[in-house]
Amino acid sequence: MTATPIPLSKRIAYPLVTLVVLLAAWSAAIAFFKVPDYLLPSPMQVLSAMNVGYVQGAYWPHFLFTMKSVLAGYVAGCSLAIACGILLAESPTFELFVYPYIVALQSMPKIAIAPLIIVWLGFGIESKIVMVALVCFFPLFINTSIGIKQANPQLIDVMRAFGASKSMIFLRVKLPSAAGHIFAGLQIGVVLALIGAVVAEFVASTHGLGHIIKAAAVDMQTNVMFAALLSLAALGVAGSQLLRWLHAKVVFWDRAAATSATTPSAE
Amino acid sequence: MTENPGGAVLSAQGLSLVYQTSRGPVTALQDLDMALAPGEFLSVLGPSGCGKSTLLKLAAGLIAPTRGRILLEGQAVEGPTGRVGIVFQQPSLLPWSTVIENVLIPIRALGRDLAAGRKRALALLKLVGLAEFASHYPGELSGGMQQRVAIARGLVHEPRILFLDEPFAALDAMTREHMTGELQRIWLATGCSVAFITHSIPEAVFLSDRIIVMSSRPGRVVREVTVDLPRPRNIATMAEARFNRHCAELRELFKDLVTFE
Repeated sequence: MTATPIPLSKRIAYPLVTLVVLLAAWSAAIAFFKVPDYLLPSPMQVLSAMNVGYVQGAYWPHFLFTMKSVLAGYVAGCSLAIACGILLAESPTFELFVYPYIVALQSMPKIAIAPLIIVWLGFGIESKIVMVALVCFFPLFINTSIGIKQANPQLIDVMRAFGASKSMIFLRVKLPSAAGHIFAGLQIGVVLALIGAVVAEFVASTHGLGHIIKAAAVDMQTNVMFAALLSLAALGVAGSQLLRWLHAKVVFWDRAAATSATTPSAE
Repeated sequence: MTENPGGAVLSAQGLSLVYQTSRGPVTALQDLDMALAPGEFLSVLGPSGCGKSTLLKLAAGLIAPTRGRILLEGQAVEGPTGRVGIVFQQPSLLPWSTVIENVLIPIRALGRDLAAGRKRALALLKLVGLAEFASHYPGELSGGMQQRVAIARGLVHEPRILFLDEPFAALDAMTREHMTGELQRIWLATGCSVAFITHSIPEAVFLSDRIIVMSSRPGRVVREVTVDLPRPRNIATMAEARFNRHCAELRELFKDLVTFE
């Protein structure tokens, strides 16, 4: 019934093989087709950009700038999204007032607001934080609200029949019921947060990985662009993995979460 | 304000419930009269859609009747009071809480003393045969075990009445038969009144002091049967002529009640 679990050694070794093959093909293609390095850098040139960036330390201020704006915006946007999601699910009046606008805002591409936010908040980190918060907000807001609303009505009936108060029903039934949805929203938010930060940096910034990419594009320093892209990917992977791990830990009763995580089952 | 006809713990007088649906009003219950005596095991037997579960929700105060009233120990039910115990068809346990925490829900909801509640919860878990599973999560238990946790939860706040809404319907046949015997044992040990909703004739005859037979759409009482088999009843009871006579009588009744249109 259950598939044999793939050992950790294989799960690390096999993707490494893929990586080596890709790198070899990449190097070979450059040598064979004589691709100029302002179009496609060789893996060694990317490595040397990484060396300048992280060993000699030129990228660290930019990396930290992007990470700081992502973290601050993510925490702010997600907290607000959960709070508003709860309000939307629990207050029919609030829903009546705001629902049409939520639908309208949801279908608008949020990154289109970036220039406006720069105008309002300037070139500094504030505009990046607000942009990140804005793009993280919607999926989690909707997910929280849906999660709370789809709590099993029979569980709620049981609680009511035993005389439970509204706050007890909320804390013991609705909020845990929504936990899976909330974590799904948090996962989507990680990727969106990076997009938000980079877009804001593209529009106007003197710092950040997005700024590095934009500046390097002007000089056709493709190896620097590659290095910055890899840094962004690393941030994204680290964030996603952290949340996946948290999801399985917190929502331990959720089968889907437990099986998609790499941790062995509780039994 | 309180009146208590015949000392009943629960009584319904002219109880009607009409649902408003998009296809017009649907009468779920019509002029239902019934009473549950202290310590009595009463079964409500009826075909699907006869309003059995509606009756339970009314008694628990989860919904309000359209006409008539329902009295709990002489007081009109006007909302959930937590004074009754309920077991639904599905165990309806909180998957994120341990077995003992699930059993303690009524204690917390009613703001009762937690230490005393914990003691009683453990005693009840012992009674339902799950003492060593107190710190497990519901997902680690079988369906029958989960339903026994639900029974312990239904009894932990010492209600005068325990409502069971087809509690064994989701279980396999063998577990179901075993649980029927278990329920009799638990009921005899606690001495509370039980209102047991079912559509299984042998189950109702085996367990009950009295059976109310309901018709469907609109739901109303069409017959009352008193089962005078001695207790405790066991497997041998099911082979007795009196047991089978009761079953046959009820089946005969259902032949006219259930129409397969």
